[in-house]
Amino acid sequence: MVIVNGEELDIAGKTVAEYLAATNYDPKRIAVERNGDIVLKSQYGETILKDGDTLEVVSFVGGG
Amino acid sequence: MSRLSRKEWMDALVARHGAELQEKFTQATVAVCGLGGLGSNIAIALARAGVGRLILIDFDCVDITNLHRQQYKADQIGLCKTEALRDNLLEISPFIKIETVTAKITEENLVELLKDATVVCEAFDHAEMKAMLVNGVLEKLPGCYLVAASGMAGMDTPNAIRTRKIMKHFYLCGDEVSDVSDMIGLVAPRVMLCAAHQAHTVLRILAGEYEV
Repeated sequence: MVIVNGEELDIAGKTVAEYLAATNYDPKRIAVERNGDIVLKSQYGETILKDGDTLEVVSFVGGG
Repeated sequence: MSRLSRKEWMDALVARHGAELQEKFTQATVAVCGLGGLGSNIAIALARAGVGRLILIDFDCVDITNLHRQQYKADQIGLCKTEALRDNLLEISPFIKIETVTAKITEENLVELLKDATVVCEAFDHAEMKAMLVNGVLEKLPGCYLVAASGMAGMDTPNAIRTRKIMKHFYLCGDEVSDVSDMIGLVAPRVMLCAAHQAHTVLRILAGEYEV
């Protein structure tokens, strides 16, 4: 299982890009952290999620 | 310009903050990216606290529609925000060092513009610009602390505004949901609350207090 924003999901083995494609996140408005480190945008397609990983997807909204 | 000396200003800050803490604030360089409702309020809070050097970055000019929440004055409409805010900050704190950059921050120039900063504040309006800056700073300036904001529009409860530590060098302030696009817009005190979260988080980082 992979913990995404505090929720356990059965997505081990998928890449970050594959996980994101199945969600409503707008890729232009997010930052992704995995096990305490930023996932480079250029690495979304190559970063494979492992059992026990913790993922945090920060999705920005407008206003400032 | 005040006739008070730099020493009198420093003594007054030390009297309030203590010498050890004030030294940390005085030695710091903080970059404020975007000088709207968040950035103008963040900069004023940091200037009052005696942060030594601010880098103010914005490409825009003061517009009449900014004055309901941003720290400018009616007679500053039409001026560059960088220059208008610098003038306002120097009225508050005459000895602060201010560097202004009247330009748009991009993936290409962000390292050059932000490399001297101890802490970077993301204070943009648009979600895509926020994400660009956050990804860029975390990828390219790994030693830098980043304090960003998301979600402060509308009339929802002020108590929903909070600060989360996302990772070692990355803090996020706001309610994370109130989007300006589907709300009544930005209202001064709720934006100021979020800016105050950001400014105080900056000061805590400078003080060596890294937990929220």
